Amino acid sequence: MQSDVLVVGAGGAGLVAALFAHKNGAKVTILTKDYPTRSQTCMAQGGINAVLAHAKDDSVESHIQDTLKSAHGLSSEDAVEKLCKDAPEAIEFLDSIGVQFSRTKDDEIAQRRLGGASGDRACYAQDYTGLKILHTLYDRVLKQGIQILSDRYLLEILRDESGEVVGGVSVLNKRNGELEEYSASSVILATGGYAKIYDAHSTNATSSTGDGIAVAFRAGVRLSDMEFVQFHPTALKSSSILISESARGAGGHLLNSKGERFVNELLPRDEVARAMDDEMKKGEEIFLDIRHLGEKFIDEELPQERKLAKLYEGIDPVKDLLPIKPVAHYTMGGIEVDAHSSTNLKGLYAVGECANHKVHGANRLGGNSLLELIVFGRQAGEYATQYASASEKRVCKRTTNILESIQEFTSEKNFYEKRAFLGDLFYENVGIKKDKKRLLSTLESIYEIHKDLPKMAPKDRSKIYNTNLIEFLEFTNMLELSKIILLSALEREESRGAHFREDFSEQNDALYKLHTLIYKVENGHNLEFGS
Amino acid sequence: MKINVKRYSNETSPKEDFIDYEVNLESPTLLEALHEIKTTQDATLTYSSGCRSSVCGSCAVRVNGREVLACAYKVKDGDRVEHLGNVEVIRDLVVNMDKALECNATSKAWLSQKNPNAKLSIADEKINEIQSDCILCGSCYSVCPVYAVNDAFKGPFALTRVWKYVSDKRELDAQEKIDTIQSNGIWDCTLCNECTVVCPQGISSKADIEKLRMKSASFGYGDPNFANMDFGGGLSF
Repeated sequence: MQSDVLVVGAGGAGLVAALFAHKNGAKVTILTKDYPTRSQTCMAQGGINAVLAHAKDDSVESHIQDTLKSAHGLSSEDAVEKLCKDAPEAIEFLDSIGVQFSRTKDDEIAQRRLGGASGDRACYAQDYTGLKILHTLYDRVLKQGIQILSDRYLLEILRDESGEVVGGVSVLNKRNGELEEYSASSVILATGGYAKIYDAHSTNATSSTGDGIAVAFRAGVRLSDMEFVQFHPTALKSSSILISESARGAGGHLLNSKGERFVNELLPRDEVARAMDDEMKKGEEIFLDIRHLGEKFIDEELPQERKLAKLYEGIDPVKDLLPIKPVAHYTMGGIEVDAHSSTNLKGLYAVGECANHKVHGANRLGGNSLLELIVFGRQAGEYATQYASASEKRVCKRTTNILESIQEFTSEKNFYEKRAFLGDLFYENVGIKKDKKRLLSTLESIYEIHKDLPKMAPKDRSKIYNTNLIEFLEFTNMLELSKIILLSALEREESRGAHFREDFSEQNDALYKLHTLIYKVENGHNLEFGS
Repeated sequence: MKINVKRYSNETSPKEDFIDYEVNLESPTLLEALHEIKTTQDATLTYSSGCRSSVCGSCAVRVNGREVLACAYKVKDGDRVEHLGNVEVIRDLVVNMDKALECNATSKAWLSQKNPNAKLSIADEKINEIQSDCILCGSCYSVCPVYAVNDAFKGPFALTRVWKYVSDKRELDAQEKIDTIQSNGIWDCTLCNECTVVCPQGISSKADIEKLRMKSASFGYGDPNFANMDFGGGLSF
């Protein structure tokens, strides 16, 4: 099938990119490994940052400064400026298509404060901000008649003979097990992040396995800052279910086993998570206390949280303390893109959590990721269309077929065990704090698991909706990215934002105020630091 | 505990089978139980899942004949688990949602034309707040007796979505949607309220359909069933 612009991924970023590509005249097809409204975007609760015209005591400049500060020198000032300046227009766009934002008594869009923000600037839709944005975008995509093909799992980015120009993708149609090829003049990856590597220790949905990033890497695309993984301070202890940052924004306290507060709860996530880690190492358990906010407030502002706490912990936060722990939540690193959302592969664009637009740097601020989807989704859609209209059609070929390779594999070992093991190992050794020794030993383990992959074939051999096979493919992608995270984390011998090295606990601007770049070369990879 | 899961595959004979699985977890959600079975006992068991927190709409199934989200349901010994109804089954608990989702497009469930002067108050926001909580899990289509016999029926979640936009002050052109839902739409619903009972988000499509009927009256539409009713001459004035 031939399109001008192919969008892979149908979360917020993918749908926005598709809408703006369509608006600019492109014939657009969206491919998604699930259904459009099931993506990670639906889980965002806190809000979307923008300094609106009616804001008091806040300014776009403050939004820029807060974002730059939290990024710890690892963001692009131009990109951050664009993000914050375009924010009011992004909200206007969402309002114009019908997003059900909460309102103030003066009939304005309501805003609240999230961690690291100097003003109340997160617009929200009750505690379903991401859900309502995602669904409204989906309705808009239907209105425009843009084609969506669900249950297509990305396998490979197809390139022309030179290997330097994109021409489409190959996917596995989950419903019939067939390999399909889609060609297009430009391709936008909007495939999400990789925090699910931390498995049981991640807030993320099951599908945040970094597929697009791993597939891009194999096609020679440059990745950057992959060692920067954000830990969210407040996840339920036994299930890693997220309790929104708005719980702390509204005045929730973090307590240790003695009932003492030990950190300013409104600091950025990296600092709060480290303070919690210090307490936990002392043998303390950590609790979130929102009892003093009152039942009425909790039911109005945090109804999902109350429901989930009861379901998963058997605890009603109106009456009792919630046991929590910090877990992997958001991945700042990803596919390296320029100021046009373009990758180093001609015609390939990336946006959303899978991309690194250099706005979050070493630590993302709450409320900036939904914003990123809109601002850069639009950018990616527009530039991908511009490129498509000026380029010729390419003849592209598949270079590999992983499905065939797996046929040779045996199933003596259960990859699900290794997947859980990898998650535990990463949480322990590549988590809130790292050091060289543990990074190296983890890398060793990853190589071991990798070597054993041919013994871990999926047991299910059916062609019809084989989720065992899909999960195996996701696991291989996570393994590949695990290696990249470790190599990047080892090279960065300093501490910055979410990347904290116990053996190099200071930020070292002289050597490392640079982005970590990694890309494939023949027989291996290159890792370098660049601006 | 033991749970009984309906397996379905068009590659096997017979196509359907109920299999018992033993799960040893303390007070698990159904999704945790399915995950345990798949990762340790039977890798071929097929189901959908996503967020684990009731917002992605992936894991709706029927337990003992009732629609639930697997991630929000605490499984009990002897529970019988099967795929949603009124829908093509792809495999085991996985169904093809394309047809139900198409109802959103055929109902034109979107903001047709933005009123540039509309300013929403808290009261305006509350009018359709709950309708915009919908996660498209498909439970309402599974239980709908009208959709069961008429697959052209636009169905519960699509009509709720239409009400969401029709009731929105920002909508300048409600007419287009009202026109669209007259046939195989609001008048075909029997108001049985089953959709309300199973909705994990507490939405009542039945109530939304009633509101759309009232709104339709203001656009000059009436109940076609009423117009066609034969009163047998008993009501001659």
